[in-house]
Amino acid sequence: MTQEQTLWQFILAQHEKLLLQIGQHLGLTFLSLLLAIVIGIPLGVLISRRQKLAAPVLGTAGVLQTVPSIALLGFMIPMFGIGAAPAIIALLIYALLPIIRNTYTGITGVDPVVIEAATALGMNKTQRLFKVEFPLAMPVIIAGIRTAAVINVGVATLASFVAAGGLGEFIFGGISLNNTNMILAGAIPAALLAVLLDLIIGYLQKSTLKTLKIAFYSVCGIVVAAAAYFIFSGQPEPKIIAGFTPEFMGRQDGDLGLRSVYGLQLKPLVVSDAIMYEAAYQGKLDLISGYSTDGRIKAFDLVVLEDDKTIFPPYYAAPIIKTQTLKKFPGLEETLNLLAGKINDSIMTDLNYKTELLKQTPEKAAKDFLVNQGLYKKANQGNGETIRIGSKIFGEQYILAAMYKMLIEGYTNYNAATKTGLGGTKICFDALMNDAIDFYPEYTGTGLLVLLKPSEQKIKEVSKDSRKTYEYVQKEFQKQYQLQWLKPIGFNNAYALMMRKNQAKQLQISTISQLSDYCAKK
Amino acid sequence: MIRIEGVSKSFGSNKAVDTISFEANDKEILVLLGISGCGKTTTLKMINRLIEPDSGNIFINGNNITDQKPEELRKNIGFVMQHAGLFPHYTVAQNIAIVPNLLKWEKQKTQNRTVELLEKLHLPEDLLKVYPNELSGGQQQRIGIARALIADTPVLLMDEPFGALDNITKSAIHNEFKNLDELKNKTTILVTHDVVEAFELGHRICLMDQGKVVQIGSPAEILYHPVNDFVKDFFASNRLMLEYKIASVQSVESFLKKPLSPQAQKQLTKNTAIWEMLQILSTEKVYNEDYEALLQAFNQYRKLQTV
Repeated sequence: MTQEQTLWQFILAQHEKLLLQIGQHLGLTFLSLLLAIVIGIPLGVLISRRQKLAAPVLGTAGVLQTVPSIALLGFMIPMFGIGAAPAIIALLIYALLPIIRNTYTGITGVDPVVIEAATALGMNKTQRLFKVEFPLAMPVIIAGIRTAAVINVGVATLASFVAAGGLGEFIFGGISLNNTNMILAGAIPAALLAVLLDLIIGYLQKSTLKTLKIAFYSVCGIVVAAAAYFIFSGQPEPKIIAGFTPEFMGRQDGDLGLRSVYGLQLKPLVVSDAIMYEAAYQGKLDLISGYSTDGRIKAFDLVVLEDDKTIFPPYYAAPIIKTQTLKKFPGLEETLNLLAGKINDSIMTDLNYKTELLKQTPEKAAKDFLVNQGLYKKANQGNGETIRIGSKIFGEQYILAAMYKMLIEGYTNYNAATKTGLGGTKICFDALMNDAIDFYPEYTGTGLLVLLKPSEQKIKEVSKDSRKTYEYVQKEFQKQYQLQWLKPIGFNNAYALMMRKNQAKQLQISTISQLSDYCAKK
Repeated sequence: MIRIEGVSKSFGSNKAVDTISFEANDKEILVLLGISGCGKTTTLKMINRLIEPDSGNIFINGNNITDQKPEELRKNIGFVMQHAGLFPHYTVAQNIAIVPNLLKWEKQKTQNRTVELLEKLHLPEDLLKVYPNELSGGQQQRIGIARALIADTPVLLMDEPFGALDNITKSAIHNEFKNLDELKNKTTILVTHDVVEAFELGHRICLMDQGKVVQIGSPAEILYHPVNDFVKDFFASNRLMLEYKIASVQSVESFLKKPLSPQAQKQLTKNTAIWEMLQILSTEKVYNEDYEALLQAFNQYRKLQTV
């Protein structure tokens, strides 16, 4: 009951943002759908005329369809920057296959007797297409558009990764921030939009040609208006274009803290961390919220601004594990602690650089490191039980998971399995609590701010000092969740603001206070 | 008049039509008859360029058909297909009006002509708003014929037009069709594999086999003077009925020993075939004598034909 009320309260409090996001979401969906129709239907007709082209065209569209959406968005950035353009193009690509294929199927499925009749009566190719083939193929074509529309409502949530807005901002922000209300405030409208669109198009499918024409033109009108409103009503470009992750946007040790402590008033775009480094490198963004050990800092020639008022709490990494799990697997604790204090910031950055930029596998980077440290042992023929290692969906967690797997297999008789790429803090933590995984590396700052969420007073008290933070989360996790924080691995992967090195030099900015002063100047 | 000169067409290695030549005259129904795969439909479709010949020429009223764009040519050729080929998304009225709309007729003209044709084809006017899938096969076929006739083209091509109909519907449509005044000023070419249909409808029959014309001539010529055994065998199983069908009562009148009774005379029209007359006479006992007399006269007549 209280849950429902708070969701409602959340929606009331955020209704302006929600409406904007719904508007953006619809704008993205419709605009990309319209473009897909404009491109897909003629392509479908073309391949129904030249059957030799059918296999390659459908094949290409099919391959594009299988490219993971984040990857596709990533490819778009060098070409189209960030914002609505890459999102619309990515959505367009996903919408193409069902529209091309259904147009092709619809038109080739028209009874050849009817086509022959049309020809014999003296119709030319154009007349045949518009008077016979299109009308008869229309239900199938519309079914394709329907599929594409529903796919697009779903995929449009990912548009938030490239600063194109939409309901994904709430959904992914909520997942990162462990805020269920925020997730639901994004997910429920998105689901409703999908159902609604499906119903409307389903209704059109059964209607006459005339209604269809009216519907098509009115949709065109709405799309143009929506597109104009949401895409071109953009504010004048600020001096510094900031791009923050949805998680960073909602945190006290993120955008909120930058505003209250530093007085830094930016209008940040919301982007995915998977792409923001590259966007910064390309000059599409000037300021991004990254992690201090990220390998891409080195690769993309970025510089971390000094947090001179210490709003970013320490993020020391350490495995977290249920107390009962430690009891169940004797010797595990010692094995996991082999890594304690072994990896400092620069080693971690270097490891990340190797996997992310030099494209080494996390396993190879992990093994090389362990061998170097004299920690590597050949895997035993594990005959014990299997320990499941979780990891979040970014580079260093994959490397850590790989190291732990090798250590467990080398030093104990247990088997080890990795469950890598769990979406975010909430997903990882829930997996741990529900015994889907046995442990994963977590960060003290995340434990403090995302999972425990103590009072502001408490946060101020413990977050200035890394030892205090560790001790506090260690104590509270034990008390609240019966979870143990093992010894810290050594590095501090804290939030950090970063800029391109040469731009920072040129503007003479090396601390966040200087940045704030620069932005305040007219 | 349609003239076909040395026309050939192959599909892959299969020679569908092999250097054929024939003519179809004004105001006649020429039937292309043969078994499946003999090349008759290919021949027909080459006349309105649904299929382009590999070699040879086709002339309509002296003009080579390749001198015109195919679409223009086809607007001047009515075409009736085996499965009506009506547009399922058009009402009956819209289906009939397809060609007038392509020719940009005025609405009123199209409407008047539609009503006129419906009447001639014995179709009720309230069918006009109905979609083809709500019609019976016979009705669909009649609409298909109306669609082909509406522009009053000088040429009418029919590809197995009654092939999909049951026998009772078929003979009803045959009768209607034979008596359509719309056909009087056209050259009609009709493709069929149905021997009886060919003899009931054709003024002349062109018998085809393996892409070639075997014999072309009037029903009587082809029946009584076959050029070879193939032709003879082709009609063997229907022969007797065909003979009764192609001879009119008029043509055997001179062989009657005495004139038919007045009641029987009443049943006669100018071109009544022996077959029809015998059917009528065999229904009532009062006609017994007439029946016998007509049979005898026919036998006399037949002896002369086969000489």
